[in-house]
Amino acid sequence: MSRIASCLQALADANKKALVPYIVCGDPSVEATLAAMHAMVGKGASIIELGVPFSDPMAEGPVIQKGHERALVHHVSLRMTLDLVAQFREQDNQTPVVLMGYTNPIERMGYATFADHASEAGVDGVLTVDLPAEEAGDLHRELQRVGIDNIFLLAPTTTGERAQRICAMATGYLYYVSLKGVTGAGHLDIEDVKSKVAEYKQYTDLPFCVGFGIKDADSAKQIASLAEGAVVGSVLVDKMAAVSDSGATAESAVDDVASLLGEMREAIDSL
Amino acid sequence: MSEVEKSTDTTYGEYPDADGHFGIYGGRFVSETLMAAVTELDESYARLKSDPDFLAEFDRDLAHYVGRPSPLYFAERLTQDLGGAQIYLKREDLNHTGAHKVNNTIGQALLAKHSGKKRVIAETGAGQHGVATATVAARMGMECVVYMGEEDVRRQALNVYRMKLLGAEVVSVTSGSRTLKDAMNEAMRDWVTNVDNTFYIIGTVAGPHPYPMLVRDFQCVIGREARRQCLEQTGKLPDALVACVGGGSNAIGLFHPFLEDEGVAIYGVEAGGDGVETGRHAAPLNAGLPGVLHGNRTYLMSDEDGQIIETHSVSAGLDYPGVGPEHSWLRDTGRASYVAVNDDEALAAFRKLTRIEGIMPALESSHAVAYLEKLAPSMSKEQIIVVNLSGRGDKDILTVADIDGIKV
Repeated sequence: MSRIASCLQALADANKKALVPYIVCGDPSVEATLAAMHAMVGKGASIIELGVPFSDPMAEGPVIQKGHERALVHHVSLRMTLDLVAQFREQDNQTPVVLMGYTNPIERMGYATFADHASEAGVDGVLTVDLPAEEAGDLHRELQRVGIDNIFLLAPTTTGERAQRICAMATGYLYYVSLKGVTGAGHLDIEDVKSKVAEYKQYTDLPFCVGFGIKDADSAKQIASLAEGAVVGSVLVDKMAAVSDSGATAESAVDDVASLLGEMREAIDSL
Repeated sequence: MSEVEKSTDTTYGEYPDADGHFGIYGGRFVSETLMAAVTELDESYARLKSDPDFLAEFDRDLAHYVGRPSPLYFAERLTQDLGGAQIYLKREDLNHTGAHKVNNTIGQALLAKHSGKKRVIAETGAGQHGVATATVAARMGMECVVYMGEEDVRRQALNVYRMKLLGAEVVSVTSGSRTLKDAMNEAMRDWVTNVDNTFYIIGTVAGPHPYPMLVRDFQCVIGREARRQCLEQTGKLPDALVACVGGGSNAIGLFHPFLEDEGVAIYGVEAGGDGVETGRHAAPLNAGLPGVLHGNRTYLMSDEDGQIIETHSVSAGLDYPGVGPEHSWLRDTGRASYVAVNDDEALAAFRKLTRIEGIMPALESSHAVAYLEKLAPSMSKEQIIVVNLSGRGDKDILTVADIDGIKV
């Protein structure tokens, strides 16, 4: 069983929900990212989604875009992201790590090379934002070859026909995008999320994690009640921004991220 | 059909395939939220493109609003000057709004109308596509938002004001390199957020399927007219076609109706900037590699980490790190050749055409004209070259004056 599957199974057995934080690798530095990963695990993160910096992150709102830009100031690359995961694995061989990024850096490295390196580094899942199921076949085969889960997005606009196709290909978990828009946007319509997740669940037994628009402990709790897990990104990346925006130290930004995550974990566990 | 008009049995017209692929290029590389929108657009376009009423409406607008057909003009003095093949200019600069861009915005605005969308958005670099979009939105009473990189807003102040006069909101984009590619990212973000009521009018033959196909189809009026006019005026097909390539919509519009005419050589001219060898250029087909950006797989300028790199060209309209996927495919199949012309060569062509033909070309189109310096003398006087004069140069006067050190 993959690290992701066993993690989510253990949570389900304990009647708990997954808390999935997202931060951008190298924002503001690779060292800070590593510290944040360990700190988040300490506060109850179940799976870590690590953003791979890209020059043109089309699906991201302004907060996460700036995170990518801050990482790119130091030319943090896909290769360096894989190195970071390997470093994380030296101390943590339990917590699943999912890379979330865009197609071009992976294409440039080559699908097979990427799959091999990711597997060696200890990556558990890959979510490629601009690679829908229709175009994902070649990368999917390479990920399958090395036993890495292929995580797909489902959106409020996904038709039933496509949802079936995506669910048939997906492994690990499904990531339901809770609203139309970019990351960090708008406000959540809980009823809408509820009915959509229920609809898509008929196509798969895989767990669902829901993201986009989770800002605090309350919204994390609400979302977690509708699925197997909640993904939280922009609000964490915003806290990392304090290092460059207001001169905070990386240590204090990591502390802020970890303490917010702790509040979310507490709220979710009260369900 | 006369002998000379008969096509060979190659099948360029059948591409892209149903999923939008030209060989390995094209496709749909967008986030999940947009998949429904591009699929819906594909279905509605498939329905409308064979709807006689829709096509008649498009043709009527092209005739009476744009002023088509545009002339195919024999540039006699330029021909004499270069001392080789006869040069004909396809005068897209004479269209309403001054460039080929309007052919496409008319078509897409009609698609928006038929889809019941009341709000249109667009990205723009030099501002020509933004102006063409704002123009058709004004005419059809649609809300219009144009995304433009902060750097381009500064460089193209006149077009920004023009769009505002037409009633469009111009949003200055401050992310990334603050140019056309970032404007396109921002337009995609708007679209993903307002997908229910908004139609995204993409300005070139790039983006997720069906955009490269439908923009091509709307721009093909250029090549169909040129083919007919050349036969009427000279009794034969041209021996060569030349067009500038940024995203490549004017070029594909001219090239596509000739793809199956094997005797017609095809040249796309990319922006060489300071010189392809310097790395400061916008010539992905000359010096890039296949990759994925803005919804399609195509030749791109990206570094070894896969990050998109900044482009350089005196012409804002060519300053884009990618290119339409059909061009990538035509490059690989060898049907078309892609060359590059540097900034200084394009500027010299701008001045020459202005002085000896009284036609001031856009700096984009000046790249195509500049390539004639190499191509025309290498051909015989009986041979014919058709060049797409894709836009007029009025918008570039301040740029040229600035280079000359003149304050206008």
